Amino acid sequence: MTDSRRVDGLRVDRVRFTRGNRLIIDDLDCTVPAGAVGALLGPNGAGKSTLLHLIAGIERADAGGAQFGERDLATMRRRERARVIALAEQEVTDAPGLTVAEVVALGRTPHLGAFAGPSGRDRAIVARGLEDAGLLDLADRDYGSLSGGERQRVNLARALAQEPDLLLLDEPTNHLDIRAQLTMLGLVRELARGGLTVLAALHDLSLAAAYADHVVVLAEGRVIAAGDPHAVLTPELIRDVWGVEASVIEHPATGRPLIAYAGIADAPLPLATDDTQQALPATGPRS
Amino acid sequence: MTHSPQPALDPLQGSIPDIPRLDAPAGSRISAPGTGVLASGGSGATGTGSAGSIASGTHNASPGSGTKRGLRTGAWAVGLIVLLGASVIVAVTIGPAGLAPSDVFASIAAHLGIGEPTLSPLRDGIVWELRMPRVLTAAAVGAGLALCGAVMQALTRNPLADPYLLGLSSGASVGAVIVIVLGVGLLLPFAAFAGALVALVATLALAAGASGRGGVGGSLTPTRTVLAGLAVASVFGAVTSLVIFWSATGDSYREILNWLLGSLAGTDWTSVAIAGGAVLVIGIPLLTSAKTLDAFAFGDTAAAALGVHVGRSRALLLTATALLTGALVAVSGSIGFVGLILPHGVRLLVGSRHRALLPLSALAGAIFLVWVDTGARTLFDPRELPVGILTALIGGPVFALLLLRNRGLR
Repeated sequence: MTDSRRVDGLRVDRVRFTRGNRLIIDDLDCTVPAGAVGALLGPNGAGKSTLLHLIAGIERADAGGAQFGERDLATMRRRERARVIALAEQEVTDAPGLTVAEVVALGRTPHLGAFAGPSGRDRAIVARGLEDAGLLDLADRDYGSLSGGERQRVNLARALAQEPDLLLLDEPTNHLDIRAQLTMLGLVRELARGGLTVLAALHDLSLAAAYADHVVVLAEGRVIAAGDPHAVLTPELIRDVWGVEASVIEHPATGRPLIAYAGIADAPLPLATDDTQQALPATGPRS
Repeated sequence: MTHSPQPALDPLQGSIPDIPRLDAPAGSRISAPGTGVLASGGSGATGTGSAGSIASGTHNASPGSGTKRGLRTGAWAVGLIVLLGASVIVAVTIGPAGLAPSDVFASIAAHLGIGEPTLSPLRDGIVWELRMPRVLTAAAVGAGLALCGAVMQALTRNPLADPYLLGLSSGASVGAVIVIVLGVGLLLPFAAFAGALVALVATLALAAGASGRGGVGGSLTPTRTVLAGLAVASVFGAVTSLVIFWSATGDSYREILNWLLGSLAGTDWTSVAIAGGAVLVIGIPLLTSAKTLDAFAFGDTAAAALGVHVGRSRALLLTATALLTGALVAVSGSIGFVGLILPHGVRLLVGSRHRALLPLSALAGAIFLVWVDTGARTLFDPRELPVGILTALIGGPVFALLLLRNRGLR
């Protein structure tokens, strides 16, 4: 079959990964269009982090591969791959005794030669990463003295200092208060507007629906559904994947899908009257 | 948050026009979506085109001013080099036979063939055959141990790592003592290296087993690793003692003490060649791995995400520390705590980046051991103290302090 359309963005192709005897990722296919914000959704243990690690080349898949643009990620050299893909992990609790600026400068690692120190250009990119993540005031602070939200931003700035084309985020909103969550995702959106392709593992379905162009829903190492959040995030899917009863309504202000949880599936709904029991599932705004 | 105005840095924004900005029009960061972000040569597309146009270094852009710290590091380096040179000269003058720095310079000049011998043969012998090799060996051993400590602390992400505490020194002693007893002194450095490597693998395997984890190095908890090192060091220390006791004809207790506690007594120019050669041949490549060691700061996953070959780098660098430890122990026995104290002290001065930490730790370790060994040979004159007693006297409290400061250690 000839593909007339160019392969754009990220394409994961029949990836399989086992750890010990456990199958973690099972013949998984997914794509994220170039310049899009992709949200990777799924319950705990679905394989979200593992998939991000496989794409970033931190773990090696047993079978299958991944492409970004026209490049085969599996055959790239590590350093080369680290100049194309950056991974920001969840907030790290260990403090390595570095300042914020030094941590962000670690992102230049794949760009530095063995002997040369950082150039003026490297320093400028670090400064830009700090600025983009709103960290200029904290540049000289010890990383260990930061709050969880600040650390998440430092991790993002470090990833940006790699000058990636593909940014992978593992639960970037973990431990953040609601304003910090919105700020983080708003920043990610802006980066995508500049051409960066993003794939972020997220837990909050409404946030994902609000900020992502494209969602990929994982369960037990497989893609259950993928595509536009409006089409994918249905009450049926949420019940099947998370075991949760929810209504999906339209956000009155933004028009994005808003997921209102009602309770655990197959269990009596908490705080529900007989009338509201009948109302589930609903797919449109209630009148 | 993203663009909180920073008036103080406004000039910066004007001076770096070529770095794609967050708020730049769509498509300017990378080639426009749809044209294939990687079509024009991958990640280079974002940067290489602009690299030339950014005058390097003219704008000190980083608010975390790497340059300020760079200057400070440079100043420390120059200061420590001068201090090391002065320490070597002064340390040589200290001892029962009184000498002046001018005597030391005269002897050096004469032996380098740039001056007439002006010292009496006896005094020249004291400078050139006795004290100079000993002081230089102390400097090389101190530099090497501090370097090993700094590298091991980064690779195992363990502030308590050190060639002595993880058992490498004890393993090296066993190897060294066995070949000396067998009379194949030529193999000394190799046997010491083999012993250090066996001890390192034993410690890491034991710590991994005790943690119930498979991986070697990265995921090990600091305290379990130190406990494993203690177990390995005890066994190897006992083996060393037994071998010496069995074979020695003369003062076996003194011999045992010198290996277990470390001593620079009886060092000669061969010792300088072995220890100094090892520091140059292994230490200099270690210095070039600073960037890799930095990348380990947030653990294996983060290092891998930065393009580091985690398993290979760790194995290679830990083997290098075993090699260096072996060579050092072959001439000095197991001198403890140098690799623990100095890197931590230097971190307080210049931070944790290994580009600064490694060379400054080596310099500080050299100065430290020169002076501690001078104390060991003169404090109880005419009797000599194994230098390891003094390093332990200083290092033990530092170790305790680190335990208290790193309460989070598991």
